Amino acid sequence: MRSTWRTPDTRLLRDVAAVAAGAAVSGASFGAISVATGLPWWLPVVMSLLVFAGGSQFMAVGIVAAGGSPAAAVLAGLVLNARHLPFGLAIGDVPGRGPVARLLGSHLLVDETVAFALAQREPARARAAYWSCGVALFGAWNAGVVAGVLVGQAIGDPAAFGLDAAFPAALLALTLPALTDRRTRRAALLGSAVALATTPFLPAGVPVLLALVGLVVAVGGREVAA
Amino acid sequence: MTLTAVLVLAAGTYLFRLAGPLLRDRVRLPAGADDLLTRSATVMLVALVATSSLTKGQGFAGWALPIGVLVGGLAAWRRAPFVVVVLLAALTTAGLRLVGL
Repeated sequence: MRSTWRTPDTRLLRDVAAVAAGAAVSGASFGAISVATGLPWWLPVVMSLLVFAGGSQFMAVGIVAAGGSPAAAVLAGLVLNARHLPFGLAIGDVPGRGPVARLLGSHLLVDETVAFALAQREPARARAAYWSCGVALFGAWNAGVVAGVLVGQAIGDPAAFGLDAAFPAALLALTLPALTDRRTRRAALLGSAVALATTPFLPAGVPVLLALVGLVVAVGGREVAA
Repeated sequence: MTLTAVLVLAAGTYLFRLAGPLLRDRVRLPAGADDLLTRSATVMLVALVATSSLTKGQGFAGWALPIGVLVGGLAAWRRAPFVVVVLLAALTTAGLRLVGL
């Protein structure tokens, strides 16, 4: 594992820094919003360290703030995070096979680390990308949350900075090379259509899992080719 | 939000994260499964791009967000540096919102 760090890929680190900067600002808005809803300052901090899944954190706090029960908030957050299971199946041994690498590495499994790892061709580079992105995101997200909790309302509305566009744009840039494969592209298009069509009717998180239906196009193509 | 709720959400999320790599160890994957799994992750990531740029909650996100993401996507397609892609997307969306779109 050390050899992957001996030659720090400056371009990779720069790309990771861009995503981490966005995470820091999102974290700050999460911290600010959490204390604004009346949570004690330490709760969003503990939550960010232990859950480390921004979307589900915003959702859980939002549900409770809107008068929902903590149980409903947990359930919605878990449904949203269910995609981590198939993500883990896909990246497999990328974080490392040892028990420590696996236990720590699994905690860093988020959309961005998966996308960064999949964008690399060689396993060593995928591992370096996964860990550098994971560690940077974890640090930036949690530092941002602490700052947001302390500074509070001064953060304002992150939507005004267009920050909500940074996350999908980053994921798009990372997945674009994989979409040159025709079968993957067709599966992704069909899957996205299914996810978009079901979003108004299903709990958040389920549509993205349903996108896997798009794979029937890819599998069908393979059978025809065989 | 209570500490108990946070701990349950954290434990459940961590189990989802750990289950993938652990299951892969226990189950012998047939040939071609690796390709399919990688493809399935890409499909979910692209679906995340689609839903997080076009929807907010269960409704339409408004035009500023998808247009910003599209501008970032075009920049990525023209091989612009990653930082430029992310900044262009955010600035476009922020700019469009500023003018009231």
